[in-house]
Formats: sequence, structure tokens, C-alpha cells
Amino acid sequence: MSIHIPTSLDDALALLHELPRVQLLAGGTDFMVEVNFNKHDVHDVVALRRVTELQQWHHDATTNTVTIGAGVVYAEMEHGELATLFPALAEAARTVGSPQIRAAGTLGGNLGTSSPAGDGLPVLFALDAVVNLASHRGTRSLPIGEFMLGPKRNALAVDELVVSISMKTTTGWQGYAKVGTRNAMVISVASASLVLDTVSGTARIALGSVGPTIIRCTQAEQWLQNQYDISARKELDEAIATEFGLRVSQESRPIDDHRSTAQYRRHAVGVLAKRLLQRGCVQ
Amino acid sequence: MSETQIYSLRVNGKLRDVTDAWLGESLLYVLRERLGLPGSKGACEQGECGSCTVVMDGAAVCSCLVLAASAVGADITTIEGLTDGALTDVQQAFIDEGAVQCGFCTPGLIVAVHHLLDSTPRPSEMEVKEALSGNICRCTGYGRIFAAVTRVIDQRAQQ
Ligand SMILES: Cc1cc2nc3c(=O)[nH]c(=O)nc-3n(C[C@H](O)[C@H](O)[C@H](O)COP(=O)(O)OP(=O)(O)OC[C@H]3O[C@@H](n4cnc5c(N)ncnc54)[C@H](O)[C@@H]3O)c2cc1C
Ligand code: FES
Ligand code: FES
Repeated sequence: MSIHIPTSLDDALALLHELPRVQLLAGGTDFMVEVNFNKHDVHDVVALRRVTELQQWHHDATTNTVTIGAGVVYAEMEHGELATLFPALAEAARTVGSPQIRAAGTLGGNLGTSSPAGDGLPVLFALDAVVNLASHRGTRSLPIGEFMLGPKRNALAVDELVVSISMKTTTGWQGYAKVGTRNAMVISVASASLVLDTVSGTARIALGSVGPTIIRCTQAEQWLQNQYDISARKELDEAIATEFGLRVSQESRPIDDHRSTAQYRRHAVGVLAKRLLQRGCVQ
Repeated sequence: MSETQIYSLRVNGKLRDVTDAWLGESLLYVLRERLGLPGSKGACEQGECGSCTVVMDGAAVCSCLVLAASAVGADITTIEGLTDGALTDVQQAFIDEGAVQCGFCTPGLIVAVHHLLDSTPRPSEMEVKEALSGNICRCTGYGRIFAAVTRVIDQRAQQ
């Protein structure tokens, strides 16, 4: 095995091209658990922690687009300017593991792992994020739904890495909610992110941990838009919120596993959807 | 770096050579087994318990989740580096409040509390709880730990 610590994106991409069995290491919060428990799995590691290009984010006000480097840690999304731009992302970041995990873990790592329970991912789906990839061959950008393909499966090529994630800022309420056995240090049993866009009058909701990948509930979104004027933000009938929750439940595709049952997950994700909608409309 | 290469880590202000180490070793393992710094404890080796907490480049992280050889160039502070002998105010407060029982969680907690109070001298109760939520203690029930933190906050405020 070998370890490489490039200091620029170009050097990192060259290593990805040259090394035979390359593995990317960002915050290590998924990677090192594997290494500690399965020592045979380490080959040629490219550690990204010194690649400063990946650790920056910027806001392009003319296009209303924010681009967040794959190496930005959750701690940076929890507070400050990024949290103001994307409250849903801040809320999701705050639920990840513990402060120690949030000081090291990154969105690039969440995308690399592509677990349906990854807390950053429903937010990226609800915000219609675009994943920017690069290799020595060039760059490409994929809508998040075309990047994440299934449990621990994504469109990343062997010589490619995630450089950043781009998202449009939105006007209106957005949030994230998660159910687990406790508040800290918990992998979600069910989660949801809701974005209410008052300019376009649209709602977008994405679910985590209730399917093989993150699920966008396009039918429930459409139904809500027909029932309720999101731009006007008038008082919301409880009956609409309840029905929205039920419809979201119906679009989930959960399974039984060691963390929960499919039945509970289906119920819980509907409760989360209703709750998020009510939070978003009571202002 | 290939399989056997020597590398150096900056720990508690000193450059330390790591020799004969497998490159897949965690920072926790290297600190304890290669550098003679057993203060950081290992209980889970999967980031869940916080007993291995160290400060790396200004952030409190789990040393079990840091690939040691990738930490070349980083500034690492362990529990041993917090003091050159005398007890810190946080350590003293843990003793005074009876916040140490088996003591296994203590080094990680002490590092986490110092880190919190360095950046946030007057945290709210909620901020303390959140800051220490990655440090599991199975003995004390946390009451005495929070009492110790409150004691330090009050003491520092009076100084
Ligand atoms: C105790 C504990 C609690 C946790 N709690 C949560 C939680 O509540 N919610 C949650 O979502 N996750 C949780 N996790 C999982 C983990 O913290 C997240 O998935 C995190 O986002 C991983 O980021 P990282 O930078 O640490 O990735 P790493 O572990 O460094 O890498 C993860 C994977 O992504 C790949 N990768 C890293 N960077 C890139 C890149 N730029 N391009 C392409 N591939 C890349 C790596 O090769 C690897 O396969 C927890 C982990 C631990 C140990
Ligand atoms: S040993 Fe590192 S968190 Fe438990
Ligand atoms: S004192 Fe025993 S684990 Fe905390």
C-alpha cells in the first residue's frame, strides 16, 4: 500500500490516473471504520486533506448559485453564512454524528459512500443539487439523481473524484428532520428534507433511509402545489398537511433491517413530512 | 509513501518519527503504541465514544478515524500536551466534582472540554451538552461531568 498527500487538485487527479488501486480519503469517518475493522482493504490512498481547492465554497450572486467544495466539513455548514443560505443543509449537518465527526466529515465523503441514510443527501436532492466531477480526462456535472444510483452505488468512475456540489439558493422555507433512537450519534431511521420555493410556487421533498436511494416524492409535491398556494403562504389546513404526510409515506419504499422495520419507517417519514410542512407554513 | 516508509508527525509541538509502522494504522494506534502516548484511549475505534479525542489543526477529532500517515504536516495536541505536569483547571474540576469514575472516558472529555472553552468561554447548558455529545461515559450519568464544566466556567469568569 501507499499513501499520497497531494496539495493541488491537478496532482490529486494525476494520482488517480496513475495509481493502480486508488482509494480516496477525505475526513476518514467512513473510510477509517472500514480500515480499523477490515485491515486488508487498504491499497493506494490519496488523502485529500491538503487539497485546499476542495475546502472552499463560494456564492455567485448573479446566478444565485452556491458551489460547495467536496472537502468542506459539516461543522462549517452548521453555522455562519452557509447556514443562512441553506438552513436545511445546516439542520442536516447538525444531526451528523457528533462534533468530532462533524469536524472531519465532508459532503464529498457522504456522496462517496452514497448511503441512503447519509444526512446530507436528502437536502441535496430537495435542492436539485448538481455534482461536479473531475478526472485527468476532464470534468462533468451530473444532477444528484443521476449521481447517486442505489445503496452505496454512484456514477463515480475509478479515476474520478467529486470536486464540488452546486445548488441554487431559494426564497422560502426549507428544513430537514430525522428520526433516530437519540439526538446525537445516530444513523437515521427515516429522514426528510422539504424546500418551499415561494418564487416558483413549488415544493420539493426528498426522503432518506426509506428506500435503496434518496427518494423525491414528485407525486406528493405535485399534489401539494395543486392544493395549496405556496407563493401566497396563507394559513395551512391541517387536513392538507396530514394528507401530504400520507402521500409522502406512500412514495417511500422502506425495508426491514437492524435499525427499524419498514412499517415504522413508512409511518415515521409521513409524520416528518407533515411536521416539516407545518413548520414551513407557520411563520 | 509506500508500505514501510518513515514519516513524522507533529505531536504536542514536537516532530516525532514513526518507524516500522504499517501505513494503515490509525493516529490513535500510533500515539499509543508507537509514540508512547497512551493518554488517548481506544474503546470503539469507530468514532462513537470520543475517548480518543485529540485536537488536530484546531479541531477536536477522533484520533481513531485519522489515518496517521495522512496527518503529516498537521498540528496534533493530545491529552499529554495540555499541561507540562500540573493539573489543568479542567482536570482539577473533574476531580473536585467526582466526575471521574472508571476514568476511561476522562482524557477524551478533558480534551473536548478544553477545546470547547477555548473557543466558547461562556457556553450555555445546551452548548455544553452538544459539544460533549460525542464523548460517551458509561459510569457517571454525566451530571458530575456537567458540574465540573460549570465549575470551570465560573472559575474562569471570576479571574
Ligand atoms: C461515529 C460516526 C457517526 C456518524 N454519523 C453519521 C450521521 O449521523 N449521518 C451521516 O450522514 N453520516 C454519519 N456518519 C458517516 C460519515 O461521517 C459521513 O458519511 C461523512 O460524510 C463521510 O465523510 P468523510 O469526509 O469522513 O469521508 P471518508 O470516510 O474520507 O470517505 C468516505 C467515502 O467517500 C469517498 N470520498 C471521499 N471524498 C471523496 C471525493 N471528493 N470524491 C469522491 N469520493 C470521495 C472515499 O473514497 C470513501 O469511499 C458517521 C460516521 C461515524 C464514524
Ligand atoms: S476509540 Fe475513537 S471514538 Fe471510540
Ligand atoms: S468514568 Fe467510566 S466511562 Fe466515564
